[in-house]
Amino acid sequence: MQKKYIKWIFFLSALVILLLISVIVSLSTGEVKISLSQLPEVFLNKNGIEYTVLSKIRIPRLLLAISVGGGLSLSGAVLQGIYRNPLVEPYTLGISGGAALGVAIAVVLGIQVMGYIILPIFGFTGAMITLLLVYFLSVKKAGLSINSMLLIGVMVSFVASSAMMFLMSIATPDNLQSIVFWVMGSLDESNMLLINIALYSSLAGLMLTYFFAQTLNALRLGEVKAKHLGINTKVSVKMLFFIASLLTGIAVSVVGVIGFVGLVIPHLMRLIIGNDYRILIGSSYIGGSIFLVLSDTIARTIISPNELPIGVITGLTGGLVFIIVLSRSKSHFKLN
Amino acid sequence: MDSFFEIKNFSCGYPGKFTLKSISFKIEKGDFVGIIGPNGSGKTTLFKGISNELPAISGESKLNSNSIQKMSLKQKAQNIAIVTQHIEVGSMTVEEYILMGRIPYRKQFQFFETKRDIAIAKKYMDLTGVTPLKDKYMNALSGGEQQLAGIARALTQDPQLLLLDEPTSHLDITHQVEILNLIRRLSKELGLTVLMIIHDLNLAGEYCDSLIMMQNGGIRKKGSPTEVLNYRDIEAVYNTVVVTRTNPISNKPVVFLVSEEVIRKS
Repeated sequence: MQKKYIKWIFFLSALVILLLISVIVSLSTGEVKISLSQLPEVFLNKNGIEYTVLSKIRIPRLLLAISVGGGLSLSGAVLQGIYRNPLVEPYTLGISGGAALGVAIAVVLGIQVMGYIILPIFGFTGAMITLLLVYFLSVKKAGLSINSMLLIGVMVSFVASSAMMFLMSIATPDNLQSIVFWVMGSLDESNMLLINIALYSSLAGLMLTYFFAQTLNALRLGEVKAKHLGINTKVSVKMLFFIASLLTGIAVSVVGVIGFVGLVIPHLMRLIIGNDYRILIGSSYIGGSIFLVLSDTIARTIISPNELPIGVITGLTGGLVFIIVLSRSKSHFKLN
Repeated sequence: MDSFFEIKNFSCGYPGKFTLKSISFKIEKGDFVGIIGPNGSGKTTLFKGISNELPAISGESKLNSNSIQKMSLKQKAQNIAIVTQHIEVGSMTVEEYILMGRIPYRKQFQFFETKRDIAIAKKYMDLTGVTPLKDKYMNALSGGEQQLAGIARALTQDPQLLLLDEPTSHLDITHQVEILNLIRRLSKELGLTVLMIIHDLNLAGEYCDSLIMMQNGGIRKKGSPTEVLNYRDIEAVYNTVVVTRTNPISNKPVVFLVSEEVIRKS
């Protein structure tokens, strides 16, 4: 038993080191190249073009990548736990689409009551409503197969994106551009307030999820058996849904739709370290951060000076993993 | 003096569809009681009622003079453990699975298993003989091994009452006997009270201290195996011709089925 914990600590430390490496790589690459040895000097002097690039562009992006990547990945891990299905994640369940729709509604209606804060609120509401919809269509109807559930998610996604198209066709050119931005997904956000909201809410989500680590573990046996073990499944599943919508909704409202992070990373972590949520929660979060930091670095350098939408990178890698998972033998298909 | 486990005028179920008819019975500590009856007679509904998965419509159930309905989920999990017929867990090792039985004892923010948790899990793994399998994945086990792991997990909950839902179905006779011998030992040596749904009348008669025979959501008969397993009651409940005799070694009742062809000839 003790061996297991030692393994976990090693794994987490390795992930943290990897995250640090990717942070350094991300900070030093770009149009203005800053080598590792230059980094401390730039931070100490606090002047020059390098410092401006770092503090105004790269660091905000980095913080956003860390919080959004971690948040989406964690949201995926939580949803997989609730549904006992390795293929659900915010994107495949249509939650990201719902959140984007919520944001689009806010943009089109020109709601600016509380400035930028209104967008995360609408994003969160959109995510929550979609999640409830998918939940009632799938969980409440007992005996629904994995495939039909994914199908419901895809359909919800389609409905949300059709509604978005409608909004886009009636939107003013200015608004249209903002909506397109959300559909494509981008980490190019300069509003420090939004970045802070994304960072703190995703860290809060991480802490909250840890309170439910044992519940998520018990849920691996199924809802009825978790209840037999004394878990108040009704309350905790609701709380977990709330956390997942919070993580997804806020991420989407700041960076737009970035798919498959919640699928690829938790899946990879399950393969490496196992399905125990006590380690899976933390490693999914850090893993998601690493994935998005690296994806963003690639997205902004590969066709420089232009920038590739980050969704292209995550979609390509994520979609491929999705196909591989689906085509693998059935014994690997179950996560519980 | 109250009985150890008691159900009084108890009813639960799915109103409008199927509900139990006001059921009453008592079980003493350390008894091994079998519940028999045809499909749809309410055995599983009764189990769901006892575990409070289905809320009681009327009556009450008491364990050690405490009302089960009034227990918190956690208290219930510390007192009653259930082993279901199918154990659907995939990629989880046997040890991980068995340690889940300690979840009811975990404190609110307790993150790691205590030494005591691990010691208890080890004790019951040894007792049920699954220790050699502890690092295997649950879905790699045979049906019999899964049942044993399920029982070990239930025991790890340190329950007062163990509910078993057809632990021997789909198993060959080696595993049937192995599991029932184990349960019998648990009830006699650890003083564990066991309530078991079982389809096989012969195994029920051979192993259980007493039997409860259900029919249409009510209790048709209860008592010792010899009292319950007589051809009149069995034929009435199951609508099937049977012959009963006594096992020459154990003196327990045995039920024989007779084919239609032979009945016509005789």
